[in-house]
Amino acid sequence: MHIPDGFLSVPVSIVLWLISIVVIAKALKNVRFELGDKQVPLMGVLAAAIFAGQMLNFSVTGGTSGHLLGAALATILLGPWSAVIVMTSVVSVQALLFQDGGILALGANIFNMAIIGVFVSFFMFRLLKNFAGKSREGLLISGFVTAWISIFIASLACAIQLALSGTSPANIAIPAMAAIHALIGIGEGLITAGALAFLLATRKDLIESTTGKSSNHTEILVGGGLIAVVLAVMSPIASSNPDGLEWVAEQQGFLGTAQDSLYNIMPDYVMPGINDPSLATIIAGIIGVLIVFSVSFGIARSEKKVPVREEVRD
Amino acid sequence: LLEIYKPVSSPIHQLEARVKIIFTLVFIIAISFMPSGAWPAYILIYSIILSLIISSNLGMSFVLKRALLATPFVFAAIPLIIYGPEPVVQTRIFEFIVIPISETGFLRFLSIAIKSWMSVQLAIILAATTHFADLMGGFRALKFPAIFISTIELMWRYLFLIIEETSRLIRARSSRSTTISGNRKSGGSVFWRAQVTGGMAGSLFLRSIERSERVYAAMLARGYNGTPIERENQAFGKEEWWLTIATILISGFILFIAILTGV
Repeated sequence: MHIPDGFLSVPVSIVLWLISIVVIAKALKNVRFELGDKQVPLMGVLAAAIFAGQMLNFSVTGGTSGHLLGAALATILLGPWSAVIVMTSVVSVQALLFQDGGILALGANIFNMAIIGVFVSFFMFRLLKNFAGKSREGLLISGFVTAWISIFIASLACAIQLALSGTSPANIAIPAMAAIHALIGIGEGLITAGALAFLLATRKDLIESTTGKSSNHTEILVGGGLIAVVLAVMSPIASSNPDGLEWVAEQQGFLGTAQDSLYNIMPDYVMPGINDPSLATIIAGIIGVLIVFSVSFGIARSEKKVPVREEVRD
Repeated sequence: LLEIYKPVSSPIHQLEARVKIIFTLVFIIAISFMPSGAWPAYILIYSIILSLIISSNLGMSFVLKRALLATPFVFAAIPLIIYGPEPVVQTRIFEFIVIPISETGFLRFLSIAIKSWMSVQLAIILAATTHFADLMGGFRALKFPAIFISTIELMWRYLFLIIEETSRLIRARSSRSTTISGNRKSGGSVFWRAQVTGGMAGSLFLRSIERSERVYAAMLARGYNGTPIERENQAFGKEEWWLTIATILISGFILFIAILTGV
């Protein structure tokens, strides 16, 4: 679900960056209020744990395996705001240092995995706990369903973003992403339930401390519920009328106006070579070869000097 | 999972981190703005990337191998070829199979793949030539929220330790659930295996929470008062300013060419 750069249009990337920045800023403030000085060490070490925990997998059948993504588990154990910070750290490090997901697309990846994943998890777990009660089985089933739904909804968001960017038609992207992640979600759900079973036996207080309070976090409850309902309703509609999303995009000035107007800022410039695409390509090719050649020539010359100097030193 | 920083000496490694961060961000944004089919601009951008790879001593194969990691996502754009806008050409493959291919869709697919491939290489060059501490120092100096940067620094500090712990958990599981090599079936049902893995995840979480408490206590003992101590950055001097201005001018110029020549 880590979208690389180049797959999202600039307007979609920027809007999702802005939303993510606002949510992260609020999360940083709230966590600082809750945890104080402890914030940095606790969030940092747990982000490392989620990152490493994604290595844990179990074989399903044949070569396929289920593995953990962790948004639901983090939300259930840490509470929503801390989970946002932890998941944002994980996704950012994956993008910056391991090239898993793009840099301009990082806003969207944070939005899908750290914000939607966490908000929807929080909403679902709260909702299910009311129905399933506080028994061990109830908690485990709630954990499973929460993890599955959070993955599923986040993948719908990812597919809709691709469709909005004109990268993948909605009638294909949405069912394909939904189907793949419906399966991945089962693995996530099973591991999450397994982890909850372990923690119920060893540290029951951890689970109760973060999900027991019912008064606060109303905005996340409402937000998570809205996201889940809107995406679940919107996706089938969008995938059955693939032009619908593009229509929405154009209406809102996402695709059409934003990009066309930018391109229209520059009217037909008369510039020798550039207005003829094939000639421009040839010129660019020649310039490119010259750049690379001169750089490698310069490097080769400067490198020749180094061993000589070292010999003298010996 | 390997640390991507490659400690070789090169002019690119010695550049100030902020210069490299700005360069990478500006170029990736410029690439994203480029319309599809702007071949001259793609060639110019790639010749800059190629020059950077050569002058940073990273080695072509290193960068290209890492860039491959991002390719699976290309599948998401493949439907564009078939379901792209008109005109659609019915192309015959192997006598029987006829596939509709939209020319505009194919062009767009190719452009998305190339643009994404170039962006990944830029990100690889940044991470492979900048030490983690310098990279974070650069982000901090660029006024990214300090508390978030500190969290990521601490995460990095403990990441490799916890990854080792995870590998130990996995090794312990493999040595206890008997598997005969070649026979992929390991003991128990899928639910049992998931439960074991879940137990591992839970215990990893628990150990990490406990570890973070020890880390916090150690930080307090060393005089931590809520504000992490920041490293001093290299000065952002005249040369850095010139490089930054050059970055913006060159990327702007190539973007201009892209918009004139693209579809």
